Amino acid sequence: MDTKPTLITPANPAIMQARPVKVRARHVNVFYGDKHAINDLSIDIPDRAVSAFIGPSGCGKSTFLRCINRMNDTIPTARVEGAITVDEQDIYDRSLDVVQLRANIGMVFQKPNPFPKSIYENVAYGPRIHGLAATKADLEGIVEKSLRRAGLWDEVKDRLQSPGTGLSGGQQQRLCIARAIAVDPEVILMDEPCSALDPIATARIEELIDELKQNYCIVIVTHSMQQAARVSQLTAFFHLGNLVEAGDTDVIFTNPQDRRTQDYITGRFG
Amino acid sequence: MSKISPELIAKRYRAEKRFRIYGMAAIAVTASFLLFLLVDLTLKAHPALFEHRLSVTVTPDQVAFADPAKADYAKLAKQTLSDLMPQVKDRAERKALLKLLSSGAADDLREKLMANPALIGTAVATDLLLSDGADQYLKGYVTQVRRTPGDASLSLAKSGEEWTANAAGLAEGTIIKAAGGALVIGAAGTAEVILSPQGDGPFMLQADEWQRVEFAVPASERGMDDRQILLLEALQDKGVLEKGLAWRFFAQGDSREAELAGIKGALFGSIMTVLLTLVTCLPIGVGAAVYLEEFAPKNRLTGFIEVNINNLAAVPSIIFGLLGLAVFLGTLGLPRSTPIVGGLVLALLVLPTIIIASRASLRSVPPSIKEAALGVGASHQQAVFHHILPMAIPGILTGTILGVARALGETAPLLMIGMVAFIADVPESFSDSAAVLPVQVFLWSDLPEAAFRSKTALAILVLLSVLFLLNATAIYLRRRFERRW
Repeated sequence: MDTKPTLITPANPAIMQARPVKVRARHVNVFYGDKHAINDLSIDIPDRAVSAFIGPSGCGKSTFLRCINRMNDTIPTARVEGAITVDEQDIYDRSLDVVQLRANIGMVFQKPNPFPKSIYENVAYGPRIHGLAATKADLEGIVEKSLRRAGLWDEVKDRLQSPGTGLSGGQQQRLCIARAIAVDPEVILMDEPCSALDPIATARIEELIDELKQNYCIVIVTHSMQQAARVSQLTAFFHLGNLVEAGDTDVIFTNPQDRRTQDYITGRFG
Repeated sequence: MSKISPELIAKRYRAEKRFRIYGMAAIAVTASFLLFLLVDLTLKAHPALFEHRLSVTVTPDQVAFADPAKADYAKLAKQTLSDLMPQVKDRAERKALLKLLSSGAADDLREKLMANPALIGTAVATDLLLSDGADQYLKGYVTQVRRTPGDASLSLAKSGEEWTANAAGLAEGTIIKAAGGALVIGAAGTAEVILSPQGDGPFMLQADEWQRVEFAVPASERGMDDRQILLLEALQDKGVLEKGLAWRFFAQGDSREAELAGIKGALFGSIMTVLLTLVTCLPIGVGAAVYLEEFAPKNRLTGFIEVNINNLAAVPSIIFGLLGLAVFLGTLGLPRSTPIVGGLVLALLVLPTIIIASRASLRSVPPSIKEAALGVGASHQQAVFHHILPMAIPGILTGTILGVARALGETAPLLMIGMVAFIADVPESFSDSAAVLPVQVFLWSDLPEAAFRSKTALAILVLLSVLFLLNATAIYLRRRFERRW
């Protein structure tokens, strides 16, 4: 691994000292055809904490997020260079099974996208295809546990067989979170999970994210700086495909090193 | 206040109103065409739903019918008819009388006796089917007949073999009905027998006991001559004719005899052909669509294939018939004129439609569903088969059934593989020769007998009903699969 990090960041963020590195990226470049979407990005993401990616639209934060579970593989023109490791395992290694990787790295999308099936089926699908439950009772246990963790159980326990698409937007997003944690991942990627939700549902999801960080490494892309400040411990600011600055959230928001970060968080652009 | 000028606003509303009127006019024109078609077909088809029969009681002879499978039913039918008209002894008259019967007149009786041989030797009530000409006359399509009562008393007498008829004001060439017979008045009181009177006379008839008969259509322009019509009238006077539902239209195959021709063979042929089409092209079409849409690399080759699938959808259907002729009949040597070949040819025809419809349907599934499935660690194939394909099924089914409905109505490619042959039997397997509905319509529409005209219309209605049924199924299936969530 490269010894010379290119991070423009306080040398030792406090958050990194207490926790091990879960995801490590070094000199990552991403191209969509001719478009250079991410330019030489290196970052360490801590385990059991929330890391927020902020930055104006088109700055590459979602692109980088989708590199972590290789979702960019589905785009034929996308090309990723550099190294990304999860638990020191290179995820772009040829011998690594991408399906295995995605079972280990859950993802929650910008728009709630439950399967057009029952609430139960939505959560049970992942464990079932991965063979995580030996019996029906096991599976029911996993579904209940996941829904409880996602804070949805009390609202839906009486109608597990009704369609997941019939829930409200906030409930759907929590269902998607339940679906993601049902396969027992280690990392959860969230791509603007609250952008389609009202403030009350947003608060509910933020609460949930705060609880989930006890057990998971969470990476969240957000357009809301208040949200980043509220939920995250580490914040990374992206601009025009560059990682401008990353560090402890309170440091970034109170004492940014880079002029662009300062301009962005004070609302001068973006 | 508004910055938009009132004229501009008024103009906008006028434009909208105009557009609505265009739309309504278009719908009205289409609906009236459809209505005209259906009403016209129904009016033309309804006579084919009925047939005329002789309702008689026969007693099959124990000796002659010892073996009901081999007995001469036609002879019994003819004998029965002759017995009804004892005065018919003349050869020409007898010939005309027997021509009133269909060649399949005794089929019902045969069926009855085969099913229950115990009836042999007893009196059996049965129907004898009339010929299509007689049937057409009784339905009123051959000619109108005017009967006027005699205006003076008539003396009718036989001297030797000649008859004489005398009444005041009886012109030469007049046809009269008298004493259970019918005659044409000749010169100087002579009369030529059309139908022998009952008995040898002489008869002295009051004015109200005989009739003058006039036919609106001259004999040369109708399928039934005077004698046949008058014989039929005599039978009608005896009250032995009955009108019934022509169930045999739906229970029998094609026939050269208009009154016996039915749709069952073509209906079964069509169902078998279309079934085979469906079974062949649905898995291939959906498989191809899934592969092209989800798995195939996007390169020149797949681009080329894509363009050509779209081109194939526009190829005239007769070309597919020629291809089928060359490949299925020529190279593979499959039996000609059979549902198996027809089904395969139509499958070729429908395949591009199904692939295009399936791809469009697969493409319309939101990508977020695929991402969600991949996100929980489903493999690409699992994402496709567990989530994308099920969501695409309503669209695929609609496309498939519309394609199959088109196949059901196709005629041209089937002509090329010999399905235009005359086939009387109802097919029992996929390798039996069979007719199909549209070809049957085509064949019947070409025949001279008037009865076939109404049968053609009825066959068209049957074809349309099958199409409506298919489309209704498509709608039902789509609703069902959509309603699930």
